[in-house]
Amino acid sequence: MASNKKYWKSEAELDPNNSIVETLKQNEFAEPIPVDDFLGDKQTLEESSTTRRDFLKYVGFSTAAATIAACEGPVHKSVPYVVLPENIVPGVPSYFATSIADGYDFASILVRTREGRPIRIENNDRASVMGNANARVNASVLNLYDSKRLQGPLAGGEPVSWDVLDATVKAKLNALQGSGKQIALLTQTYASPSTEKLIAAFSEKFEGVNHVTYDAISEEAAVIAFEKMYGQRALPDYDFSKAELIISFGADFLGDWQGGGFDAAYAKKRVPKNGKMSRHVQLEANMSLSGANADKRVPMNTANQKLVLAKLSGKLNGVPVSGGDSAVDALVNTLVAEIEKVGKSNVVVVTGLSDVNAQTATLAANKALGSVVIDVTAPRYIRQGNAAKVNKLIADMKAGKVGMLLIDGVNPAYSLPNAKEFTEALSKVDVSVSFSYNQDETANAVTHVAAVSHYLESWGDVQIKKGFYSLTQPVIKELFDTRQFQSALLKWMGSDVSYYDFVKENWTTNILGEGGNFNKALQDGVYEMPETNVSVETNVTEDAAASDEAVGAVSTLSAALRALASAKVEGMELVLYPKTGMGDGKLANNPWLQEFPDPISRVSWDNYITVSKTDAEALGLENYNVANGGLDGSYANVTVDGVTLQNVPVLIQPGQAKGTVGLSFGYGRKDGLQEEMQTGVNAFKVYKGFNAVQSVSISKAAGTHEFACIQLHNTLMGRGDIIKETTLKDFNTKDAHEWNPIPHVSLDHQETLVTSPEVDLWESFDRSVGHHFKLSIDLNACTGCGACVIACHAENNVPVVGKKEMRVSRDMHWLRIDRYYSSEETFEQDNEKKDGFSGLSGDNGSLGGFGELEDPSVNPQVAFQPVMCQHCNHAPCETVCPVAATSHGRQGQNHMAYNRCVGTRYCANNCPYKVRRFNWFLYNNNDEFDFHMNNDLGKMVLNPDVVVRSRGVMEKCSFCIQQTQSVILNAKREGRPVEKGEFNNAVACSAACSSGALHFGDVNEEGSLIAELEHDKRAYHLLEHVGTKPNVFYHVKVRNTNEA
Amino acid sequence: MKKVFNRIQFSKIIGLGLLLFSQMITVSVVAQDAADGASVDGDPAKGKQLFNQNCAACHALDRKMTGPALANVETRLAEEEGLDKEWLYKWIKNSPGMIASGDAYANKIYNEYNKAAMTAFPTLSNEDIDNILAYTAAPPKAAAKPAAASGEAVAAASTSGISNEVVLGALAVVFGLLVVMLILVNRTLRRIAEANGVVLEKEQEERLPIWKAFAKNQFLVLCSVIVLLLGSAYFAYSWMSQIGVDQGYAPVQPIHYSHKIHAGDNKIECKYCHSSARSSKHSGIPSLNVCMNCHKSIYEYKGNPEGPSAEDLANGYTNEFYTGEIKKLYKAVGWDEENQKYTGESQPVEWVRIHNLPDFAYFNHSQHVTVGKIECQTCHGPVEEMEIMYQYSPLTMGWCINCHRETEVQLADNGYYKKIHDELSKKYGVEKLTAAQMGGLECGKCHY
Repeated sequence: MASNKKYWKSEAELDPNNSIVETLKQNEFAEPIPVDDFLGDKQTLEESSTTRRDFLKYVGFSTAAATIAACEGPVHKSVPYVVLPENIVPGVPSYFATSIADGYDFASILVRTREGRPIRIENNDRASVMGNANARVNASVLNLYDSKRLQGPLAGGEPVSWDVLDATVKAKLNALQGSGKQIALLTQTYASPSTEKLIAAFSEKFEGVNHVTYDAISEEAAVIAFEKMYGQRALPDYDFSKAELIISFGADFLGDWQGGGFDAAYAKKRVPKNGKMSRHVQLEANMSLSGANADKRVPMNTANQKLVLAKLSGKLNGVPVSGGDSAVDALVNTLVAEIEKVGKSNVVVVTGLSDVNAQTATLAANKALGSVVIDVTAPRYIRQGNAAKVNKLIADMKAGKVGMLLIDGVNPAYSLPNAKEFTEALSKVDVSVSFSYNQDETANAVTHVAAVSHYLESWGDVQIKKGFYSLTQPVIKELFDTRQFQSALLKWMGSDVSYYDFVKENWTTNILGEGGNFNKALQDGVYEMPETNVSVETNVTEDAAASDEAVGAVSTLSAALRALASAKVEGMELVLYPKTGMGDGKLANNPWLQEFPDPISRVSWDNYITVSKTDAEALGLENYNVANGGLDGSYANVTVDGVTLQNVPVLIQPGQAKGTVGLSFGYGRKDGLQEEMQTGVNAFKVYKGFNAVQSVSISKAAGTHEFACIQLHNTLMGRGDIIKETTLKDFNTKDAHEWNPIPHVSLDHQETLVTSPEVDLWESFDRSVGHHFKLSIDLNACTGCGACVIACHAENNVPVVGKKEMRVSRDMHWLRIDRYYSSEETFEQDNEKKDGFSGLSGDNGSLGGFGELEDPSVNPQVAFQPVMCQHCNHAPCETVCPVAATSHGRQGQNHMAYNRCVGTRYCANNCPYKVRRFNWFLYNNNDEFDFHMNNDLGKMVLNPDVVVRSRGVMEKCSFCIQQTQSVILNAKREGRPVEKGEFNNAVACSAACSSGALHFGDVNEEGSLIAELEHDKRAYHLLEHVGTKPNVFYHVKVRNTNEA
Repeated sequence: MKKVFNRIQFSKIIGLGLLLFSQMITVSVVAQDAADGASVDGDPAKGKQLFNQNCAACHALDRKMTGPALANVETRLAEEEGLDKEWLYKWIKNSPGMIASGDAYANKIYNEYNKAAMTAFPTLSNEDIDNILAYTAAPPKAAAKPAAASGEAVAAASTSGISNEVVLGALAVVFGLLVVMLILVNRTLRRIAEANGVVLEKEQEERLPIWKAFAKNQFLVLCSVIVLLLGSAYFAYSWMSQIGVDQGYAPVQPIHYSHKIHAGDNKIECKYCHSSARSSKHSGIPSLNVCMNCHKSIYEYKGNPEGPSAEDLANGYTNEFYTGEIKKLYKAVGWDEENQKYTGESQPVEWVRIHNLPDFAYFNHSQHVTVGKIECQTCHGPVEEMEIMYQYSPLTMGWCINCHRETEVQLADNGYYKKIHDELSKKYGVEKLTAAQMGGLECGKCHY
């Protein structure tokens, strides 16, 4: 075995006496068929009025009826276009480049449409900035077909026509002229040059226009710190592919920190090349994606993070900062030593603390380091929210100074901490118009609701980063009577210009410049302004800051650091965070995202407070598994500054810093959501002053919460070497068979490699002819972001099963990302650790260290492992199928003929990887599963090339055979060989993976990357000793444990 | 049903033949009259050919289309506008030039017909134009006559239909009579025999009845039961395996579209209308704008020159019927025939889908049509002979598989197959690979 570690998925597995874990290990299907449910007990059977004879009569009659009904086939209608649009060939997809800019997610993307329907979001590889779709963006296409969408404007809750609304608004706008009352616009961050120009024109046309930008989840501390130092309200950009050492203070930059999108560059540097990879140190309270990927993670409450940050920044800037004990000093000294080891300019310090001083401290630290990772000349514009202005607006509204309020892209009645105050103030505004997508909280509070178009129905542009522009174009006509905000503004200004013309005009005159081609930009979706055109005004303040100002800067810095260092812990700390699947909650009515298991906690359909085990024991909170594999947990009441969130589910999170609890945003929405989607509690209520860290008191509440947590599902029956990992040192110095050994089996009492042909039960086929597809998964590059999970969902019509079914491990995800915790489990390692103790507390201190020895879950290491069907060349599932429904193809794929399957589930029982999924129910056209497959609108997202499975059949990853086949067919039709690399983006997961962890290809293709990866010394197969010869292979995870 | 030849019908056919013959004589006489009446120096026969080649897309003789009606255009222009033949020559050879030069009548016509300039025909000689004008001056008068003839033919055909049934009925009666007579004769003979004292040979003495003997032999019973069960199982199986197989399915469509007229009589390439068969999984039912490519100018059905066949007439497929179907197309696509304009009010046609492959089977037309170079008729049958489209093939998996086993891969000029075919054919030791050897029998190739 590669390392002497124990891996576990759930805390419960650490308990050797846990009978449930044992049972689940042995049972492929946690829940037996609920015979009792539909037959009932003996008593009810006896009491039933249906006699046996009646029953037989019914059976006979219904059989006869079904037979008669089956005699005549249904009549299918086929309705062709009256006039076929020129660029549509029925059955052939078209791609359009566009951008999402919903105020939270910003990305340049490609949209695949079929017969005019957008069905998939893909990455735009022409975009050099934010060209990657995360899990939410991948799922956003389903929101287009949201059955709860507003289908037309409303006035006073009643549907009206746009003409009526236009007339009302125009009349009011004119009436307000000269009245001294404000016309306020409360909007999301657009970062859109054209929208800004439009709002400026609007303000020119009407007096008293007040534009307030509001981000539900604020990054304002960073924006203010940046503005102070560099004179621009923006966020610095980071290129983590240049970093040798990353020191993060609670910044989840692999999540949504400062708009996200950093994972691709980060992963580039995490794959060891020439014996080198970056090192990542994370100090944080909640276990975040970034913390999970870190080489060294220090669980720490935010007050201590601030102290360490202040001391580190002080040290780098030569400003002495006092405070803290020797442990803190030791930690800071280690960090400084590490910085010096890799060379200052390759280091970056980032922080996610919503504290201007903390942000200033990191900017100062990076400046002092001369970091090449941070880019302050071309900053990001994607968070512009201004809390002070929002509060001023609410005060003005209350005072009756606002005559009209237009709201777009935000839902303040839900997401403001003082939402109640806002709705009350709203009643003092004469005319309030909310551009809402659903009948949400804000839509319920305003006088008029303007049904807003989806971004896939809208025009627009966005400047994500200085000089990097993207265009948004509609890929479908408005499905309903909706309008985008910008078009409405133009109309209300009395302009006849469409927003498309407005954008085009703005681009041709202001952005593209000489020789620029709008259609080219539209086709690419992105446009990069040549360097020369980008003005360098931002540097002015920096350069002008000559020696005299520098003195001032130092004094302000030392004040900031002093303030930072003096942060004190007051009781428990609540650290609010956005969840990978839900973000700020805009897409809450999306069943794909609701069912998406959180990468860390593996919980779907919920939010919860994450607490450390120690705190949970102190507070009497508990988690336990029940017989069907479901996780149950206590409830707690969470009180922040007088506001109490009742009955918040509690999840014990390994690695959670002691004295802190985490809670995610985006849940707890009720209005305008389908009942199934009304999940969780609203954390925005305790987001006081837009500060993600709050002092909190927690008390246990009555009751038990049932989680839909899949971490105990599909356990690997104690086969522990599923994950292989090693350290960078071993990787560089030792031979591969030491850290990546190939298992041996005994053949005639001789130890023989399991890969040698003589130990194989099967005859091998010659696979050198034609294509042979393989998938490589690099555990070093995988950040666990989950974009592949949603992409797979969308591509393959994977059904949504709902919370109840998820709980009993009937999830249908073809691709899951297993999250493993690990810690040293052998005495040898314990002894090493014990010998390494220095001092009482701190990172190497014995105080915490002994505790860790006792409890491996205090600060476990984390590994992510995407697992899908391994497409074994010697597949165990194929040999046990009684009807030959699953069989092998020459191209390496393990085929599954659904219509042949009779549902014996033998294959799933015999699959060592637990990747086969059974359709326990009919998940389409079934009111019990009222998700997108149960209504005509939602069905528009289905991929017509993949069949929708019925009840009682097994399904699993197909290696997206529909896409590999289409690549082959395109080549055949054009009469050419398949081009090099053409298969690489064929499968949805590989195409969606921005970090390059998943790579798909044809190993028989000459000079292909996949063939090279297969022979990499890090490559290994899952459970190699079973001898299944999978076509999916993994790369050993290498941790950079090289300390200074 | 086979026709039974009898004398009555024979005489009818002779009668019908005579009738048609006399009709033909009258028609040719009328045509001669028309030719005699023409006063233009040109050959209307040649003119007709030229007209159909060059002008018919936009002009008809007797109605407005994209361009004006052209019957007697020369006379009309001379009388109404005072324009001579020279003007016409110039106009036909270079109409855009005439418009540009500011000719009054040219501009008038140009504006009247939605500013759609007429294509210039510089290749037409003056003689050609004379021929065309001769044709326009000699409107075909014969159109009405065949209609009358067809009316009679309908009557004739329907009588022959009735006579068939009568003949059959009569035959049945005759048979019945024969049977009765035979029984009567038998009975009479017996009676005579009895009367004459002839003793009829008695049957042999008290043999065990055969059914009793059968019932006693248990082995025989067992064997026959097994045979019976196997037999019924075989029939039940073959009956059940045709459930859901809709071979021969020919639903009534909202517009009576005749593949026979389009693909058969007029020899239109299948993929002219079903163009996406070349590049997509769907062959595609053509959108209505494809129909209008031709039907903008083909506003009525003229049928084949010999008039509708008796069979067509029996089904009611008269020229008027087909013309009526074209009007249905106009209604669906929103084409205003009067003003030669689209109204914008369209009603998509809800065709009844004939070939319904189940959802779990993936089929791609372009793979078969473009790559495999398979004729459409291989699967769809003699479409060019189908008045009503029907499902020709069973579309069962066995049918697909058989074809994959037998069909060789089309290698010619296809770079994709080059390498893989060389390697695989060496492996299998064959000259040419079938689709099955190429992997065309693997489940996942069609089921995903």
